[in-house]
Amino acid sequence: MLAVIEFDVGLDLFPMLAATLAAVVCGLLGNFLLLQRQALMGDAIGHSVLPGLVIAFLLAGTRSPLAMFVGAAVAGMATVLLVELVKRFGRVEPGAAMGVVFSVMFALGVLLIEQAAARQVDLDADCVLYGQLETLVWFGAPENLDGLLRWSTLTAVPRQVLVLASMLLAAGIFTILLFKELRLSAFDPGFATSQGFAARGLGLALMVLVAAATVASFEAVGSILVIAMLVCPAATARLLTDRLASQILVSVAVAVATGVVGYLAATAVPAFFGRDSVNAAGSMTLVAGGLVALAIVASPNHGVVTQVLRRRRLAARVATDDLLAALHRAAEQGLDRLACERLTKMLPKRSISGAVDRAIRSGLVERKRGVVRLTATGRIAAAAIVDRHRSWERYLVEEAGFAPDHVHDPAERLEHLSGTTPDR
Amino acid sequence: MGPEMSAHVLASGDVPTLAEVLDTLLLRAGFNTGLVVVGTTLLGLAAGVVGVFVTLRKRALVTDALAHATLPGIAIAFLIAGGLGLAGRTLPLLLAGAAVSAILGVVCIGLILRHSRLREDAAIGIVLSVFFGAGVVALSWIQANAATGSAGLATFIYGQAATIRPSDLVVLAGLAIVAVLAAILFLKEFALVCFDESFARVLGWRVGAIDLAMTTLVVLVVVAGLQAVGVILVVSMLIVPAVAARFWTDRFGTMTIVAGMVGAVSGYLGSVLSALLPRQPAGAVIVLAAGAVLLASLLFAPSRGVLARAWRRLSLDLRIAGDHLLEVAHERGVGALPAAQIDRIAREHAWSVRVRRMLPLSLRRRGLAEGGGGGGLSITAAGRDRGARVARNHVLWAEYLVRHADVAPNHVDWSVDQVEHVLSEEIVRELEAALAERGGAPVESTS
Repeated sequence: MLAVIEFDVGLDLFPMLAATLAAVVCGLLGNFLLLQRQALMGDAIGHSVLPGLVIAFLLAGTRSPLAMFVGAAVAGMATVLLVELVKRFGRVEPGAAMGVVFSVMFALGVLLIEQAAARQVDLDADCVLYGQLETLVWFGAPENLDGLLRWSTLTAVPRQVLVLASMLLAAGIFTILLFKELRLSAFDPGFATSQGFAARGLGLALMVLVAAATVASFEAVGSILVIAMLVCPAATARLLTDRLASQILVSVAVAVATGVVGYLAATAVPAFFGRDSVNAAGSMTLVAGGLVALAIVASPNHGVVTQVLRRRRLAARVATDDLLAALHRAAEQGLDRLACERLTKMLPKRSISGAVDRAIRSGLVERKRGVVRLTATGRIAAAAIVDRHRSWERYLVEEAGFAPDHVHDPAERLEHLSGTTPDR
Repeated sequence: MGPEMSAHVLASGDVPTLAEVLDTLLLRAGFNTGLVVVGTTLLGLAAGVVGVFVTLRKRALVTDALAHATLPGIAIAFLIAGGLGLAGRTLPLLLAGAAVSAILGVVCIGLILRHSRLREDAAIGIVLSVFFGAGVVALSWIQANAATGSAGLATFIYGQAATIRPSDLVVLAGLAIVAVLAAILFLKEFALVCFDESFARVLGWRVGAIDLAMTTLVVLVVVAGLQAVGVILVVSMLIVPAVAARFWTDRFGTMTIVAGMVGAVSGYLGSVLSALLPRQPAGAVIVLAAGAVLLASLLFAPSRGVLARAWRRLSLDLRIAGDHLLEVAHERGVGALPAAQIDRIAREHAWSVRVRRMLPLSLRRRGLAEGGGGGGLSITAAGRDRGARVARNHVLWAEYLVRHADVAPNHVDWSVDQVEHVLSEEIVRELEAALAERGGAPVESTS
């Protein structure tokens, strides 16, 4: 597989750099959107700034980042205003208000682009979606590493990469300087405001940064990647960690990995099958989605696998506890051993044989010719469980006001909380 | 851009003649154009009706994700069709693929919500972008590697109404009929599930089945709209008419009818416009037509519209300001107020500049005052009467609040000024009677 990875400095360096920078900028800012439940803001901004970009482009006649940004900012403000009006006056849910406004704005953008294309201007609807990574090809790139490590390399860096790099710098400084404020207003905006942190202003600044990142990324990587990167890396990190600082670091790492792996895979995977390369922005989106799926399934703390294992382990312990308790109760009535068939009548059939096997392995019970009895250690453990059960029953009746004939089932559940007994 | 390029633009912008406009509007501009216009009108009708359920069920953005998620299905269906040796652009197969991957996308959203701690916005964003990205990868794979016939696939992204064929028209008509019938037959069920899901459950209705029916309708409309409007914009054919209709009515049935009409009209106008003007992508024009209706509704709807509300607000402000003025005149026992004095009252009560400027006109129109000299006002008999009544209400409230509502006396004036203009005559009579009964309130004689 590795053999098919070809990295040509001239062809690949700047496109990959641009894509990765865009992924990291969006991934970084996405953390705060995710926590404020505004993950779709990227979607909304990505769609709705389009008419602003096109109008700015038509008026200014260039792709100067400043003109584009002003256009996008105006379109963004118009969007916010319209969403607010539709939401308040139309009494529809925020999602619908957002959806109608950004999709109509996008339609306007598409229409304007078609008009611009009629003027033979180099801007089309597809490049909005996919970007134009291929325009970043470096003609006359040096062949080897020595050639790269020269000052002249800096002058060859395309404008898009420079814009994205300064955007990353701005987003990084914003995050580091205002980390405390951002964290507070992400988790509890009301409290942040009451402490004088101006959560609203901070939210606005965040939106401006997101819009700027969107505009900076548009030209190179297109809106698909922007929308994906504003959600996916942050979501992946959120599933892996519980602390905001580590979430941000993990999301940045995820974004870097997404950019590099996605870019290389766009060429390498088809090449493995002997085909031509596929769209790099799309491929990065797929990698980002794959990482989210992986985190959902295999995250050490919150993953599906962990949850299933944890539940299994708990079920196994409960089944063993129940087995020991059943044997103990039988012993109290003078039966110091029980046939397996009788056990299956007393306990849920599904769990019983596994529970017996496990208990034998831990030396708690022994089995001879289909008859099960407690060992010495087993008797102590079983007595502790039944004791726990009975003290919970007593607690429920005496302290919690349960009726005496209603306490067995709740106590049955509480007895498995190992190490906790009600204070006597 | 040089000047010669702009000249070129002007030359190429063909302005259609009146006859051409009429022909297109009346479906006489050739078979194909007529087909497209009828098709998008039917599609707009179906989408508008179904969109009401989407919007009220708060599924607008889920539907956006659903629409984006159709793209990989289309591409993969194309590859499968190629593998089976069918012609690549077998429309039913492509649309079936679109439906399957749309449903898969919705299922993924559900799975993410159930099995992880990510919230709905993140789940929608992930599914929308990753599915769309997968579609883009598959499309670029096809364009780079597959055989002929792949050229049309990319039109599914932005849509191309001109590709509607007679056989598609049958499908679109059938779809419109199904959507309208479903809306008529299940209006009660859909409405209840949209507004109060748990109540529907308590009544023993199978909410899951009703939901499934609604989702099926949504998927059908989305898939049918892909060709004309495209993956990205099809969601707005569903939700824009519904939101526009929401401005005009509070009733579910009416809203459904209005949304269906808005959808049909925008489908019709959009395709007519895009047929008449060069280089207008039909999908975007249809959405913009619906957007124009939405904007008009936002501004001009009779009770919800921005203008209507601003007008109501202004008239309330004017009525309150006028009452203050008349009350002051009554209390001072003067029949005329010079401009300077009105200005002072305006400052005391913090009237806006607009209210101050419009107040004389408003009072004159209501027959409460007449223009005095130098911008002043002279109060008419009706105005004196009204001023007396306001003053009396003021005293009544003040007394009532102090005696019976445990309001500290030094707070009274503030609350009085808030409420006195809200009183109806009926309440005033009730109050008067109640106070008189409890030992008599100092009711001022009014005339």
